[in-house]
Amino acid sequence: MPAMTMIQALRSAMDLMLERDDNVVIYGQDVGYFGGVFRVTEGLQAKYGRSRVFDAPISEGGIVGTAIGMGAYGLRPVVEVQFADYFYPAYDQIVSEAARLRYRSAGDFFAPITIRMPCGGGIYGGQTHSQSPEVLFTHVCGLRTVMPSNPHDAKGLLIASIENDDPVIFLEPKRLYNGPFDGHHDRPLVPWSQHPLGEVPEGYYTVPMESAAVFRPGNALTALTYGTMVFVCEAAARETGIDAEIIDLRSLWPLDLPTLVASVKKTGRCVIVHEATRTSGFGAELAALVQEHCFYHLEAPIERVAGWDTPYPHAQEWAYFPGPARVGAAFRRVMED
Amino acid sequence: MSQDETPLRLHVPEPTGRPGHETDFSYLHLSRAGEVRRPPVEASPADTSDLAYTLVRVLDDEGDAIGPWAPEADAALLRRGLLAMMKTRTFDARMLIAQRQKKISFYMQCLGEEAIATGHALALRQGDMCFPTYRQQGLLLARDDVPMVDLICELLSNERDPLKGRQLPVCYSMKRAGFFSISGNLATQFVQAVGWGMASAIKGDTRIASAWIGDGATAESDFHTALTFAHVYRAPVILNVVNNQWAISTFQAIAGGEATTFAARGVGCGIASLRVDGNDFLAVIAASRWAAQRARSNLGPTLIEWVTYRAGAHSTSDDPSRYRPSDDWKHFPLGDPVARLAQHLRRIGAWSEEEHQKAQSELDAQVSAAMKEAERYGSLADGHLHSPAAMFEDVYKVMPRHLEEQRRQLGLVRKG
Repeated sequence: MPAMTMIQALRSAMDLMLERDDNVVIYGQDVGYFGGVFRVTEGLQAKYGRSRVFDAPISEGGIVGTAIGMGAYGLRPVVEVQFADYFYPAYDQIVSEAARLRYRSAGDFFAPITIRMPCGGGIYGGQTHSQSPEVLFTHVCGLRTVMPSNPHDAKGLLIASIENDDPVIFLEPKRLYNGPFDGHHDRPLVPWSQHPLGEVPEGYYTVPMESAAVFRPGNALTALTYGTMVFVCEAAARETGIDAEIIDLRSLWPLDLPTLVASVKKTGRCVIVHEATRTSGFGAELAALVQEHCFYHLEAPIERVAGWDTPYPHAQEWAYFPGPARVGAAFRRVMED
Repeated sequence: MSQDETPLRLHVPEPTGRPGHETDFSYLHLSRAGEVRRPPVEASPADTSDLAYTLVRVLDDEGDAIGPWAPEADAALLRRGLLAMMKTRTFDARMLIAQRQKKISFYMQCLGEEAIATGHALALRQGDMCFPTYRQQGLLLARDDVPMVDLICELLSNERDPLKGRQLPVCYSMKRAGFFSISGNLATQFVQAVGWGMASAIKGDTRIASAWIGDGATAESDFHTALTFAHVYRAPVILNVVNNQWAISTFQAIAGGEATTFAARGVGCGIASLRVDGNDFLAVIAASRWAAQRARSNLGPTLIEWVTYRAGAHSTSDDPSRYRPSDDWKHFPLGDPVARLAQHLRRIGAWSEEEHQKAQSELDAQVSAAMKEAERYGSLADGHLHSPAAMFEDVYKVMPRHLEEQRRQLGLVRKG
């Protein structure tokens, strides 16, 4: 099996879907000739032509709005918003239109679109190149929000997203584009070619929606997380020696509740970890779900480790980013009771 | 501040007419019927600049069709158009009463604007897709294959409502009639229409899209976005701006119409643009055909500003006498589209007062019968609705676990 970076895996998914389905079209800012600022769409325009893969004006609302119209026609657009930090101008189209089209028309029209957005911090991206806005999508009924943590899942989940007839917000942690990152910013980058999850089948496969992965089996506590924080949690488990069961949600909402509940019922302890700010973050929903479904199995309060309730700073990146030390401390706290 | 400088002042546009004061309609910059040239459909966008500041008109004050825009339209087609307009007006009047009788919760009429949607509908082909606002019911009512009963059931939110009671009255959706699902969020559909047109071009189809927006909603960002994308990709789309002078209580000047036109925005974005008498059914047909032909010939989008007047209240929740003269429509220089087409048809010997009365009686009976039939399936008021269980369907294609659970919590489905 070939080794791929997450960038290559995502490109492979789109290449394959362009090949398989004439209705798949790909566009966004700098996505066409140039191949994307992160190279995710490199070579696709040359291979499939400008009517399938093309550059778009700098207008997130226009990109998403036209995609909804194309979806209503019968195409399957896969569009890119250059950074998740810049989706806000498209929020009306996403919330009021894409998410509700099937419902309000009783299935007369629907929006089978995938909106790709590089997200997350840990790259000195500052305020507008680091945000994790997932909760602004998980809160919207009618949307599917997914986030892969590795090349294997990235390809399978993107194919599943493109094939799905619901609108999918596909969040790509850009810190994981070239290799896994556990929060130890002072250590050299390990490329995906040296990680088992960097082995990606060349052909078609899917990672189903609403399926979480047990990333690291364990018995002491359950860490509910996704994206870059999966590797941070793994480092925290390694460094504290606590046998954490790490659940990579993959699909944030709708999610794989049985896998979460089974794990917390087994371990009796739960730590929720995400990069996004804490208050009303997605962790609050996860904590509520765990409390509702696992109350009599819990042996300690549910902990949340998240970004601070501040805009994402530049110089203070590593004081902001919830690294393995902060996650490890939470692991220890829940084990104290 | 030095003494030779005057203090700056904020300019806030006002309509000339307010309750008790007559409107000065000279701001409209009208042209005489037949006066404005008709360029070839191949015209470059820049070559339509003059058309964005004048007014395409066919019917003169006597009801004669004159000038280069007079369309090839036989009497049968025009009679069909007149009946579609009368049908739309009759439908609106009856639904207004139904709202006052509390049979429906809300309604929006298109009084005075009937020519635009009905005339445009007759210029499109089966398979073209309109992305309407809530005031283009004429697109549906112009079609014989759209049963009025279906529309009224949507208005009543009853157990036959095709939208299962999920939408406010008037927010129809009818894909098979080329009528996109109406959203409460203004302007969103304008850019979606461009995307639909782009899709048609991507697939090498021959169908075109027709986008709709009001004067007030042109201030929304999606208006600008739609023009940019339509221009960039030369999308086969007709961008219709219905300038009825009012956005609820707000005069069109506050939307940016003062000393300019909405058609001029099109030219500025590199889009061929027309400004057309929206109460002149013949001009509506001619301009719509011109734009449709451009789109179908890969010549790109056309923006049309339809100059008309919102004769009725904004909605059943609105009282226009609080912000504009109550007799404003009587003074609007472009008159009433129904009266003007009827006058023309009489003049060419294709219509008579007797026929008019007879047609009106038949339409009254048709609408009443449809209302009666629709009411057999219940209404919001009497509680004959779709089951609350239907509330959870269609959020996603396949109902996720959490919605199944919530449906159970409502006591509608037993566990297991």
